[in-house]
Amino acid sequence: MAAANGVSDPGAKELRPLAQTMKLQLDYDELTNCMRCGFCQAACPTFVETGLEAASPRGRIALMKAVVDGVMEPDAKFREQMNLCLGCRACEPVCPADVKYGHLLEQTRDSLERHDEHPWYIKAVRHVAFKRVFPNQNRMKRVGKLLRTYQKSGLPKLARRLGVMKLLPRNMREMEAILPEASDRGVVERLGTRVPAKGEKIATVGMFRGCLMDIMFTETNVNTVRLLSEAGFEVVIPETQNCCGALHAHAGELADAKELARRNIRAFKEAGVDYIVSNAGGCGALLIEYDHLLRDDPDYAEDAEWFASRVKDVSLMLLEKGRPPEFAARRGESADGAPLTVTYQDSCHLRNVMRQSNAPRSLIGRVGDVRFVELTGADRCCGSAGIYNIVQPNMANDVLEHKMEHVKETNAHYLITSNPGCLLQMKLGIEREKLGGRMEAVHIVDFLYDRISSRGHD
Amino acid sequence: MLDSAVRARLRDIVGESWFKDDMESLVSYSYDATPMQQSLPDGVVFPVTTKQVSDILKLANEHRIPIVGRGAGSNLCAGTVPVEGGLVMVMNRMNKLLEIDTDNLTATFQPGLNTKTFHLEVEKRGLFYPPDPSSMVISTLGGNIMECAGGLRGLKYGTTKDYVIGLEAVLPNGDIIRTGGKLYKDVAGYDLTKLLVGSEGTLAIITEATVKLIPAPKYKKTMVAMYKDIYAAARSVSAIVGNRIIPATLEFLDNSTIRVVEGFNKIGLPVDMEAILLIEQDGQDESVVEKDIVEIVRICKEQGAVEVKMAADAAEAEKLMLARRSALSTCARIRPTTILEDATVPRSKIADMVIAINEIARKYNVQICTFGHAGDGNLHPTCTTDARDAEEIHRVEQAFEEIFEAAIRLGGTITGEHGVGVVKAPYLEWKVGPEGIEIMKAIKRAFDPNNIMNPGKIFAKQSRKRVVIDHGGR
Repeated sequence: MAAANGVSDPGAKELRPLAQTMKLQLDYDELTNCMRCGFCQAACPTFVETGLEAASPRGRIALMKAVVDGVMEPDAKFREQMNLCLGCRACEPVCPADVKYGHLLEQTRDSLERHDEHPWYIKAVRHVAFKRVFPNQNRMKRVGKLLRTYQKSGLPKLARRLGVMKLLPRNMREMEAILPEASDRGVVERLGTRVPAKGEKIATVGMFRGCLMDIMFTETNVNTVRLLSEAGFEVVIPETQNCCGALHAHAGELADAKELARRNIRAFKEAGVDYIVSNAGGCGALLIEYDHLLRDDPDYAEDAEWFASRVKDVSLMLLEKGRPPEFAARRGESADGAPLTVTYQDSCHLRNVMRQSNAPRSLIGRVGDVRFVELTGADRCCGSAGIYNIVQPNMANDVLEHKMEHVKETNAHYLITSNPGCLLQMKLGIEREKLGGRMEAVHIVDFLYDRISSRGHD
Repeated sequence: MLDSAVRARLRDIVGESWFKDDMESLVSYSYDATPMQQSLPDGVVFPVTTKQVSDILKLANEHRIPIVGRGAGSNLCAGTVPVEGGLVMVMNRMNKLLEIDTDNLTATFQPGLNTKTFHLEVEKRGLFYPPDPSSMVISTLGGNIMECAGGLRGLKYGTTKDYVIGLEAVLPNGDIIRTGGKLYKDVAGYDLTKLLVGSEGTLAIITEATVKLIPAPKYKKTMVAMYKDIYAAARSVSAIVGNRIIPATLEFLDNSTIRVVEGFNKIGLPVDMEAILLIEQDGQDESVVEKDIVEIVRICKEQGAVEVKMAADAAEAEKLMLARRSALSTCARIRPTTILEDATVPRSKIADMVIAINEIARKYNVQICTFGHAGDGNLHPTCTTDARDAEEIHRVEQAFEEIFEAAIRLGGTITGEHGVGVVKAPYLEWKVGPEGIEIMKAIKRAFDPNNIMNPGKIFAKQSRKRVVIDHGGR
């Protein structure tokens, strides 16, 4: 059963430096665990779009293994293929062998970054973003303030009139237009670090506020805290927490991701919480894998397990442990015979890594006078995928276009999501399809909080 | 390595971007779902019309370039591994569903159409295409036809060959032939349709197929029966069919499988049972389905089932089927390498076969779980191992060789639904004899005198010597 025709045994050839790094970084057991059944392919957005084996999880794993085995050079096309992956991890729940593709991808991207071939300006941007801004919430707030100043000034209008925006790529230009109003006053500035439970306290939950979430979607963070409090939780928001590190991990900056993880673990340990709640699937998915991220760190491995075992998405927290209040459509939203219609787009990381697809749907199902329509392909990535829609605009556009075909079929008034990236992408899709008058994309927490029956619906 | 004139010609035929020979493409089309089989092609080509397929084959024939047709690469016999290099011809751009003819109850499609997508389209119209290989979420119908795929419903509904009634195929010299048609009766000459079904890409490339459809059953009932005695389970299988009831599915799990599935998933399976049967009946009339299931329950108890459970609703049926559905994934999780075989015996020999497999597994000290389609005698002895452990792999090979031998001895076959490909080629002669091999080779030569069509498959350079093992007179 020996391999033939150039597919040699591991280590047969001398490896080049990048391949060497990959050989050290990649989990060879995990590479071997892929039994190449291909069941992942039907779930993979880039395979469905291209039909090319290399653009599928099975194909990418085969390529990684070929590099580690010295069969192929990690050339420019290899790099491109690894970057084309959305990292949505839809391949993982359908994998019979339970291969952690996401980990292999992160290890590969980390190796690629160590031997990066970025031009100097990209290096500079990456350095500022990954090392200076994202790790530091105060700097994030300054970004928020800057953005807000820009948004409030006449500049955006002026820029659009002068056609300056046309210099930006289409996706960034359109994204700029749909960006919510930024803020430098995050959830702690709005509510303080401790919010008591309404009624008898069930547990103390630590709120993970997220870095971008807190400056771009402060209102959602505020509503999350209020909703948790309504449901019987005391909410603590440790001030020393920072970015989860997901953007770093996905972009191949594993060392930075680990450092951010250690700081978050310290922050929440000190706060003495029973649970750690996230309202962004993208963040939650990394938080819940801190145990994996720090498994080789003797000082943190145990605490990382403590942390990971306590992470829950806000929907599950409310449903499983809480006393969620009654929800109903607001007055006038539901006319006789034409109830308020809503649909839900899964957050890939919430569904595929945190494995939560039922909790958000069940919560939406509790809202009175609302008709829920399942979105065909809701489990498939919308193309946002972190910064993917900016770095891989063509593929992201194809994916979004197909997504919006199904969204239109639902005729929903609200398109509900569980992650800020998805939310922005869905807003972008609605804008592009000119559905703005009759459909709105909204975070599940905001949708629910606005429909708490006892709030009187003014 | 293809010479530059050939590469240029291929690019002329399919367009610049649909011929690829960069390393990424060569590596990603060097394997299929078969463990431990990999070999790089010299190029990959993605035709989109029958004419392109014909032009490519003519060119390949002229230059003696091996051609490996490929759908999704989900087969388990290394049928699409390019063991002699050459061109992998990927058919998934030719994936149109051309027609569903509700007057003639037929469907016509291109070979790259996804099996599951096709099922859904057919079911939308209240119709049914039964072949359901486990890989159907990714497999293509062209691949199913070339391997004559089976599935869980073989007993009642047959396999792919029972449904394909017409083909358009391109011969290695570029000629395009059409066989059969929307015809339920057709005896005009040799049945080339049936010959091409299951030919594993060694004779021609199919470019269009017509299959028959049947009305979809409206009702389904699920039940499970547990046994402490494996022969009682086997007797139940024979008795059900003997009582003129043909269940839609009749699946079997042996004790090793039950232990492994329960150990890993903790779903409450009784690990002291020697066998579990999962049975489904379907039909147009609810009362008939109900009657059949009641009768099956009676038979199972009569034959010695320790426990019988009937699913009250779809959710409960799902739960009962979970053990069977978890079988493969559990095997895949406990060790890195999973080798799934498909030795098949007459239905009446199932218990003997399972016991033979268990003895062989013990003898070679390897872990083999056996589950499968008891109704049609198609078992899946599944070995969990590690491709990196050469010594263990050697024992696994020895064990499987003995399993094939046992299957033949019991009147069975080396492969029920996966195909011969590379991995069973050394054993084909055991099943068909040297005369059988000769006539098959003659057919192959008539289609493909230059041996460019999927060379290295079906026919081994050397057959394995068959050692008949004495099992103490059983």
